[in-house]
Amino acid sequence: MSTLHTVNKSPFATGSLLSCLNHCSDGDAVLMIEDGVYGALAGTRISDEVQASTKQVSLYVLSPDAQARGLDKARYLKEINGVDYDGFVDLVAEHSRTQAWL
Amino acid sequence: MSETKKFLYVNRKAPYGTIYALESLEVVLIGAAFEQDVSLAFLDDGVFQLTKDQKTDAIGVKNFSPTFRALGDFEVTKLYVEQESLDERGLTQSDLQEITYEDEDDDWAEKPSIHIVSRSQMAGIMADQDVVLSF
Repeated sequence: MSTLHTVNKSPFATGSLLSCLNHCSDGDAVLMIEDGVYGALAGTRISDEVQASTKQVSLYVLSPDAQARGLDKARYLKEINGVDYDGFVDLVAEHSRTQAWL
Repeated sequence: MSETKKFLYVNRKAPYGTIYALESLEVVLIGAAFEQDVSLAFLDDGVFQLTKDQKTDAIGVKNFSPTFRALGDFEVTKLYVEQESLDERGLTQSDLQEITYEDEDDDWAEKPSIHIVSRSQMAGIMADQDVVLSF
């Protein structure tokens, strides 16, 4: 009965990512898409908080959006996995509902 | 007969800077025709949608805040407002409009539609839905 959350805004422009993480239930997944992929970076002012959330929540990045922005996998937090479009579909299918954080 | 589903409309934007808040309210009113189990969530800047004394004459857009008080007539009677979001913005419940509905199962007693909930309660409400629509 878990939820897939999607975040599509940079965490440096809006509070969407942190608000999302603060409203996740244990076992939920968060997929960063579009400008949301910047939330996956290591060494930022929010990366400690993002990393801490991985104890309760699985974090993913949509790889095509990250690649488009020149973000190599080596720059993500190590707890975050990349998925392609098929992986996005799998995540939607694996969870009971999808909630967008606009 | 289709089965009733739990719908949650999540409101996280302030009312007039973007069209999200008005669009959400429009969708809620349209959706009310389908007789589902509807709740509204107000968190982050979404709590600003419910403040009293909104006056939009001078910016030339419709003040849609009174429409929230009509939701009860459409059997939309559960408006959850997050305490932490109010606190972060220096607001208390007394800054919000009073929104009520008449409970047909209780001799049409007038009851409050707004429920102030904690962030963890809000997370539980979100996890309890069949469908979540975000604005």
